[in-house]
This record gives sequence, structure tokens and C-alpha cells, in this order.
Amino acid sequence: MTETNPAGFEIRDYLRLDLMPHFMCPGCGHGIALRALLWAVHELGIEKDELAIVSGIGCSGRVGGYIDANTYHVTHGRPLAFATGLKLARPDLKVIVITGDGDCLAIGGNHLIHACRRNLDLTCLMLNNEVYGMTGGQVSPTTAETRLTTTTPAGNTEPAFDACQLAEAAGAGLVGREVTMQTPALRNLIKQGLEYPGFSFLEVISDCTEIYGRKNDLGESAEMVLSQKSDMRPEAYGNVADQPFRPNRLLTGVLARNERPEYGETYRRHADGVANGGKAGA
Amino acid sequence: MTAGMANLHGNHACALGAIAAGCRFFAGYPITPSSEIAERMSRELPLVGGTFVQMEDEIASMAAVLGASAGGVKSMTATSGPGFSLKQENIGLASMAEIPCVIANVMRGGPSTGMPTRPAQSDIMQARWGSHGDHPLIALAPASVKEIHDQTIRAFNLSERYRVPVMVLFDQVIAHLLEPIELPAAGSLDLVERRWANGDDGYQPYAAGADGIPAMTRPGDGHRTHTTGLTHAEDGFPTQDPDTVTRVMDRLLGKLDQHGQDIEAFECHDTKDAEVLVVAYGISARAARRAVRQARERGIAAGLFRPITLWPFPEQALRTAADQARSVLVPEMNAGQLVLEVERICRDEVRVAGLNRVDGQPIEPSQIARRIEEMAADD
Repeated sequence: MTETNPAGFEIRDYLRLDLMPHFMCPGCGHGIALRALLWAVHELGIEKDELAIVSGIGCSGRVGGYIDANTYHVTHGRPLAFATGLKLARPDLKVIVITGDGDCLAIGGNHLIHACRRNLDLTCLMLNNEVYGMTGGQVSPTTAETRLTTTTPAGNTEPAFDACQLAEAAGAGLVGREVTMQTPALRNLIKQGLEYPGFSFLEVISDCTEIYGRKNDLGESAEMVLSQKSDMRPEAYGNVADQPFRPNRLLTGVLARNERPEYGETYRRHADGVANGGKAGA
Repeated sequence: MTAGMANLHGNHACALGAIAAGCRFFAGYPITPSSEIAERMSRELPLVGGTFVQMEDEIASMAAVLGASAGGVKSMTATSGPGFSLKQENIGLASMAEIPCVIANVMRGGPSTGMPTRPAQSDIMQARWGSHGDHPLIALAPASVKEIHDQTIRAFNLSERYRVPVMVLFDQVIAHLLEPIELPAAGSLDLVERRWANGDDGYQPYAAGADGIPAMTRPGDGHRTHTTGLTHAEDGFPTQDPDTVTRVMDRLLGKLDQHGQDIEAFECHDTKDAEVLVVAYGISARAARRAVRQARERGIAAGLFRPITLWPFPEQALRTAADQARSVLVPEMNAGQLVLEVERICRDEVRVAGLNRVDGQPIEPSQIARRIEEMAADD
């Protein structure tokens, strides 16, 4: 188990310990996502002073505040827009956005597709727990059909987004997905996102045990993450035909790469050209 | 732009004032009649090492401005009524998290889409109360192209000094008016730079000294603080403890009070003995100035009080200007907004009346002059 208890990574070095105990519910997957993120930050040697975390509103929005870095907890749905200003003004920073399925895909959906299109060097970690947990368990854009929530008392009738397909279609530089149970794989995915010079969209399949799991009789946290794992198919397996009994609902791993110029670099090159009397982009 | 005389539109004067003030980040979204500010900034910012970005919507442009400002860069956006409505949520965050920013709002006829190419002064109350909850901010109302330039510079100075959003409110007429102005030489301006935390271990991002204004920090300075729109204690972290909330909200809501002298700007014309006092701002004040002069020529003791700072309203200055007045007239291109504040301040002493236009036309001097004569005759 050296992989999950790696030498040299001490999560406490990256947390604001005086804020403990944290406010996440027992069984919530967001803490595992936080661990994977900090593990990736550690392995890449990113300095805490140079690290900016921008988050929105909801359970995901509160995760960033536990990180001992420059943390911004902004308005609902707007962390990508805030982070765009921060990164353009301060290209020297490593800017990570932590958002949720409601924050990112519903109220912040416009900012997501344009962040993907712009391809500014941001890493967007969308913690998908399929529900608005903070407000008591209402249906979200990623809630599966037929699921019970406090606003779909007879079961969800709306189809769910595939956030990764959305991000890929909108032009995100790097798109990936992982479940919290595969923590080392999640760490590896986040590392790839952090190293990618452009916009990376990473969907973390998290679990809301207390509200969503309970409401839908999905079992304890362990059962939820196990069923999540079995619902996924690693992208590396390819389109093999030998898994007929797996629903293969969603792929995990790096799912798309759109090799395009990073926007901040492009703008600064353009600006330098203008400042030196040349034409834009010269 | 080099120093010296220039013929400029108000919108261009706003952009050049911002650059002169040290603004190095602009995020915006196209909207009539303010778009020339964004257009000019897109050309000017690259020349001074700054960044322009056209965001996907009004909300995003306000959020991006806050992100850039949090990074330590003087930042602004520009908009008009419908966009101003959309920016309100992040203006609230700016007030709450005390992130300096400047918002130019070129007012047009409303409500809703209204009259995009016609002037109005109908966002006076939205400027003050558009965002939910009690929140501190400053709003300025220039009345000429030159003043748009100068008040935009002042907006940055006030915003950086007091850590509040500062709005520059003008209207479609001055925005597109061409007037000659003298552009100041670089280095001749008094510019306020943000007070940065000095790196001490005990730094608390929302703990203030006697002036009520905390020192700021930015990523890379080593303080690694938390910034949130949640109600937070001096350490920046959320709290709901009633005593703490009372203490921090008292400071936040009261932090401008002791700086009124610096914040409140106004002009008085013939107010000392004025029996009919006109209170007007922006483009309407120019018509009022002429009307007051005409009234004086006809032997009526009229005067003009022109607030340049609308919020916080220069209350004491108005009381002084209205000292001899028996009636006060408030002409504005809306259905009666600032008149409510004027009534609040001096209704016990004088009769207060509004003169309003909501047809997308500027108020004419003759309209104001006629009302002055009527009020003088009534006294």
C-alpha cells in the first residue's frame, strides 16, 4: 500500500489544520478528491504560495478553504470566470478551480464552455456527486434519470449531462474522469491536468452518501464507491467487446486532448506585437 | 495618448482616465452605449503591459475583474443598465470581500432593454442597492468629458484606498459627447496604490487599524489567506457567531464614515443666498447651471448644488447649501430617484420637488428655469 501512503507526502502539510474538523459528511467523496489533489500538488512540487484555489458555492465550494494556499470562495457558478481574471493578471500562479456539478454545469455552464473554448491554463476539478448536497438534495444536471431527490419526488425525469463530452466538444485542452475509489489513478489524472499547458477539465465521480445515497437506497459509502467503480470503464480498455455484462456507463482516464495554443501565451504574444508597433499576433 | 489637448468622447475619456490611473486589467461585454470603453481599452491595455478580455457575459466580466484585482492588478469593467443588473451579484462579493474594482455604468433608458441608444439617469438607486444585503460602495457622477476622465482616476484612487467597488455613473449623452480636454502628463497625477500587508506572521486579512481599512495581500506574498463572500471574521474564515458578525459588519458598513471628507465631492453655485436650490448631477446639472444663471438674471435667488459623489451622499454639504432655501428642485432623467435622498435630508426645512423625464431626452434648461420661477413665485 505504499501507493496510497507514499513516502514524502503528508497531507497535513497542505491543510489548514486549525479549521479541523472539516464540515463534510461521513462518507462524502470530496475529501478523497481533496487528498488526491494535494497528493498531485505535492508530487509536482507546486509551492503553496504560488497556488491559487478558486471555488464556487455548494459542498465543492467549501473544499478549497481547507487548503493552505491562496484560496478564493466566490459566487455561485463563477469560479471559472474569477479564475480567468486571476490567471490572466497573474500568469505566474498555478490556478486550480474546484467546482461541483450544479456550480459548473447549471448556474456556471456558460463559463465552463467558454473556459474550454478559450483554453487558458487552468485546471478545473468538477466534483460530481449528482446532487445539490448543500441545499438539501435537489436534482442537479448530472442526476441520473429515475433518481429520487427532494425536487424529483417521483424520480428524475430529466436526462443527465455527460460533462466530459461537453468539455471536449467545447474545446477543452485536456478532458478526463476518475472515481474517488481509484485514488492513485485520480492523483495521476490531476497531475496530467496540472502539467497540461492549457485548460484541463477533470470530472471526479464523488459520492453524496448522507443525502443522495440514503434517499436512493444506494448503501453506505463503500457500496456507493464500489458501484461507481463497476459502472465505469477505464478508457485504456478501449472499445473491447468482451465486457457484455458491464453497463459501461462512463469512461474514466484521459478522454480527450485538443492540442491548441494556451490562451494567456497567445494574448501576451499578441499584446507584445501591438506594443512593439507590429500587427496583432505578429 | 500623450499629454496635452485632445478632443475626446466621454467613453474614450473614461478609458484613458483608467489607463492613467494605473488600470491594467479590463474585462467587459459589449453593450450600448458603453462599448467604446471596452473597445478603447482593448487597444490601450496591450500598449502598457495590461490585459483586456471580452468575457462570455456581464456576470463573467465582473467576476474576472475581481479575480484580476485579487491578483493585485487595478481592474475595471464598463456596462449599461441591463449589464449593470447582471453584475450586481459580484459587486456584492467585491463589497463583502473588500476587493477594489471600478465599474463604469453608462446609463440608458430602462427598465429592461429600454432605450439602448437614449440617455437616462435611472440607475441611481440600483447603484446603491442593486446588490442584496447591506454593503459599502461609492458612486460618482461626472458631468462632462473632462470630469469623466478625472473622476475615473479618482474612482480608482478611492477604490484602492477604501477597498470598495466604485461606480462611475454617466449617461449616453456625455458618453458620446465630443469635448476638448487637457490630458495630464504621466507622473503628474496623485495615484493611490494599494496598501499591502508587510509579511508579518500575525497578519489578519480583515483586521483594520484606526482608519477601518485592512491592508491587502495577494498570492505570492506568503500570507496564503482565504477570501470568501461568506460572512467572515478578521482571519478571513466564515463565522456566524453573533458578536463577531456584529463587530466585523460594523466595521465593513461603517468604514467609509470617517473618510467623508475625502470621498464626498460636490460643487456649489450661488448657493449662499439661494432661496430656490436646484440639486442636479451629471448631464442634468449642465442644464440646471444654465437655468440657475437665467433665474439670477431675472432676479430670482436661485442656486445649484451638484453632487459629484452620489453615494455616500454628501449630506452635510447639502444641508449647508440648502440653509437659506425655501424650496429644492431635483431634476433627473428618471421617475424620481435621488430626490428621495434629498427629501430624506432636508424635507423638514424645505419643500422638495422633482422634475423628471423618462422619454430618453435630456432635460432642457428652459424646463428647469420654468420650474424655478414657479417655485420662487410660490414661496
